[in-house]
Amino acid sequence: MSKTKKVIQKGNPWIRFKNQLKDVLCNPFNLITLLAFIVLIAFVVVPLLSIAKESFILDATAARRAKAEEGSLGIYYWQYLMTGRMAKTMFWTPLVHSLTVSFFACLFAVPLGAILAWLMVRSDIPGKKIISFLIVMAYMMPSWCKAQAWLSIFRNMVGGMPGILYWMGWDVPDWVAYGPFAMVCVLALHYYAFTYIMLAGSLGTINSELEEMALIQGASKKTIIMKITMPLVMPAFLSATVMTFSKAIGGYSVASYLGTRVQYHTLSTRLHDQIASGMPGVGYAIAILMILFSAGLIFVNNKLIGSRKSYSTINGKGGRSVELRLGKWRIPVFLLVCLFLLIALVFPLLSLVIESLQVTPLRGLEPSNFTLFNWIGKEEESYALINWEPGILRNSKFLSGLWNTVKLGVLGAVISSFMGLIFGYISVRGRGKWYGHMIDQLVFIPYLIPAVAFSAVYVAMFITPKLGGLIPALYGTFALILLISVVKYFPYASKSGSATMMQISAELEEAASINGAGFFRRLGKIVIPLAKNGFMSGFLLTFISIAKEFDLISLVSNERNLTLSYLTFTYTSLNCYQLAACSSVVMIVLISVMYLLAKKVFNADISKSWS
Amino acid sequence: MSKIVLEHIDKYYGDNHVLKDINLTIEDGDFMTLLGPSGCGKTTTLRVISGLEKPQNGTMTIDGKMMIDAANAFYEEPSKRGLNLVFQSYALWPHMTVYQNIAFGLKIKKLSKKEIDQRVMDSLKMLRIDQYKDRYPNELSGGQQQRVAIARAIASSPKLLLLDEPLSNLDARLRIDMRVELKRLHKETGTTIVYVTHDQVEAMTMSTKVALFRAGEIAQVATPLEIYTNPVDMETADFVGSPRINMIEGKGVYDGTTLKVESELGNFEFEKDTLKLEEVIPEGKPFDVVLGIRPEVIQVYPKKPKEGDCFEATVYASQPAGSETIITLDKGDTQFLALQVDLRSYEMNQKVWVGMDPKRLNVFNKETQRLIRYAAANIREEADE
Repeated sequence: MSKTKKVIQKGNPWIRFKNQLKDVLCNPFNLITLLAFIVLIAFVVVPLLSIAKESFILDATAARRAKAEEGSLGIYYWQYLMTGRMAKTMFWTPLVHSLTVSFFACLFAVPLGAILAWLMVRSDIPGKKIISFLIVMAYMMPSWCKAQAWLSIFRNMVGGMPGILYWMGWDVPDWVAYGPFAMVCVLALHYYAFTYIMLAGSLGTINSELEEMALIQGASKKTIIMKITMPLVMPAFLSATVMTFSKAIGGYSVASYLGTRVQYHTLSTRLHDQIASGMPGVGYAIAILMILFSAGLIFVNNKLIGSRKSYSTINGKGGRSVELRLGKWRIPVFLLVCLFLLIALVFPLLSLVIESLQVTPLRGLEPSNFTLFNWIGKEEESYALINWEPGILRNSKFLSGLWNTVKLGVLGAVISSFMGLIFGYISVRGRGKWYGHMIDQLVFIPYLIPAVAFSAVYVAMFITPKLGGLIPALYGTFALILLISVVKYFPYASKSGSATMMQISAELEEAASINGAGFFRRLGKIVIPLAKNGFMSGFLLTFISIAKEFDLISLVSNERNLTLSYLTFTYTSLNCYQLAACSSVVMIVLISVMYLLAKKVFNADISKSWS
Repeated sequence: MSKIVLEHIDKYYGDNHVLKDINLTIEDGDFMTLLGPSGCGKTTTLRVISGLEKPQNGTMTIDGKMMIDAANAFYEEPSKRGLNLVFQSYALWPHMTVYQNIAFGLKIKKLSKKEIDQRVMDSLKMLRIDQYKDRYPNELSGGQQQRVAIARAIASSPKLLLLDEPLSNLDARLRIDMRVELKRLHKETGTTIVYVTHDQVEAMTMSTKVALFRAGEIAQVATPLEIYTNPVDMETADFVGSPRINMIEGKGVYDGTTLKVESELGNFEFEKDTLKLEEVIPEGKPFDVVLGIRPEVIQVYPKKPKEGDCFEATVYASQPAGSETIITLDKGDTQFLALQVDLRSYEMNQKVWVGMDPKRLNVFNKETQRLIRYAAANIREEADE
């Protein structure tokens, strides 16, 4: 196929134009692509521009201080944040805190995940199936549930009501119970599973023939691991590190549960507080910096590792994997992993369950301290001063929170999975064409933005009516929570949508088209029936993710639109720990059921589409 | 029943010029094979005919009706061209049974239930897979899936049937069975067929005509026999035929009436009426030529025969394959192949006598690579009569 000069003959320009126009207009695919572009521009590009603009528009307070007119443009917020009198407390110290916590969380989480991944994929450790299931399951639990569990164990009197360790006689010092140490522990015990999922996927695709070849050449086990296996998984390893760091730095929930109590602020808590009860403009500025930082990290990651990532999949064909024998270490290592899971998963869950059954955490495990009141107690029976609310199953606030969570999860997951299928369809059928590429790029943007910054973007956009009242101020409505959740999960949904569409070869559609099926019939009779399973597993995974979100919705939720995650946080801040524990337990049960359903019924594979 | 005319078709992918000024006429009832190595544009041509690809230049008519008029950006929809396509991957819809797969297009045409049933069962029976009608595609073997794909394509009684490498996913034995099946199908239905393949045996055995593609262009359109006996240039000669043609270098002199060729395998004289005079044949001065000799043209005798021109050669190796024997021979510095029917046994380095019929030789101009002398085919038939 030599490259020659392209010569295109053109006939009657009018007929040509008419035919071309007819072609474009009569093809619904073009229309759907156009709609997809409109959605992405309206809900991704415009809000980003909007927050950038808002960070320069001075509100009344800022205008007074900057001696400018209200609504005029100015860099007051940026000055306040970077160089002003408050800069150190507002920005520089929180920045150092964020970096420190993320760094140490990475330092523990990544090696831990890597070792576990290696053990699960490459060694002959017993009980692989159940262990790897438990690890992934643990990652499904929201990080705020884990922070909650940490509190239920380590709380001291600063928390108003101490935790189980206090009852056992250890007056836990502040630095253990709250602040950076606690945050690092909880984050590490959350994100190790992320590294695990990424590396297990990468290790799984390495053909063991590569290792066997080295064995034949006379390499020792150690040499093989160091010289063959390690370099091959290095790209995935680095990627896991960068992503963990980026996720940790953008995280809000753990910092808000464990940091703010002892005034240990991070960028995300500062951002949240400024928007919720300070100068929103300053919050927007922090959000922009966080977006740039996170996007920069991911960009660098993709640039550095992007092309080398392909290593691990090139040899996917062989797929045969020979296990490395652990020999006499097999059982001890297994017990060690079990102990780890006990500490990282079982104890926290157990502590939450116990707390949900306590009259008061002060009396710990005394038999008389156990009650079902927190679950089913009536308001008029709250004589024991357990708390002033009825048990959650009779508690209208809780029930409406549960209902809102389910509603949000179902609606959000339906909409974003559906959009994901459409984006995936356009991206797969438009592979190599400009529009396919464009959609891929646009849909990826929300992935670059930390959740709490993402909600800040939407607050900036929807806090006042737009387009002369055509779009009402959505702030504080369920619609806004739903919108944020849907758009934030576009990247994931479209990734699994693409994966689904990939499996439906274009020829299946072409065959239908030759037989006379139009676009919608092809969609209805061929594409949708074949995409059904992929859609369902994508739907359930998105449901889980949306339902457990706290970072994303904490800025836009309020008393009228409670969700479980927000309600739990409210209970915790009010020191109603038992109710918070009940609510966490309900959350965990909900997620577990959904995850089991996705995995068992629809064969969802989290490592393929969700990390 | 239809005649397809493609004129000046150009197709670009970005700046890649994948089809270069394709002109091709497919007569009504033809079994036209588009033959060529992968990436030569044959599948693209098929997709242009089907309407799945839109060329940037050129026109196409089916039975005189305009289907593509690129200059005016007019492209008839695939479903309105009266054709059907069998994909290389079969493209059977995995969520539908065999019956539903075949009935799909008929339902869109809004045929009556009875007629749909009739047509589905007819095409299933024609391909002898009616017992599988309630199975899903993944419950069928590759060969059966292939038959379903063909049944689906013919159920709508297309005037034109397009087949894109339909046999390439089958094993060798099934492939031979399906070749027979397709040939019968062509005879029974009388449909015009356009068939894409890179397998020259398929092209030779099945088609009424072959269009040989090379790098986005059509090198030659002719009957299989013609392409085999008189390939238009050396590359075509080399591509068609197995074992491959012997290319023997020599010197030629043309005096206006006779072409005299000297080579290691003997000297030959060719009359003017067998020459391809529209090609470049330098007159009066010697020029480089290449003799094209099909292996089966070369006769091998253990002893010197009584009549005919013969020369002595040495056996380099011999490959008996049951029904035929391929013998590699050395004469001086020249090595060449001979093909004999039946099992023969030769020793390595054995001396043998070799002869050939000069009527069946091709001559190529080495400089232009083009055929300049036609060989005669059907020698054996004439001899048998």
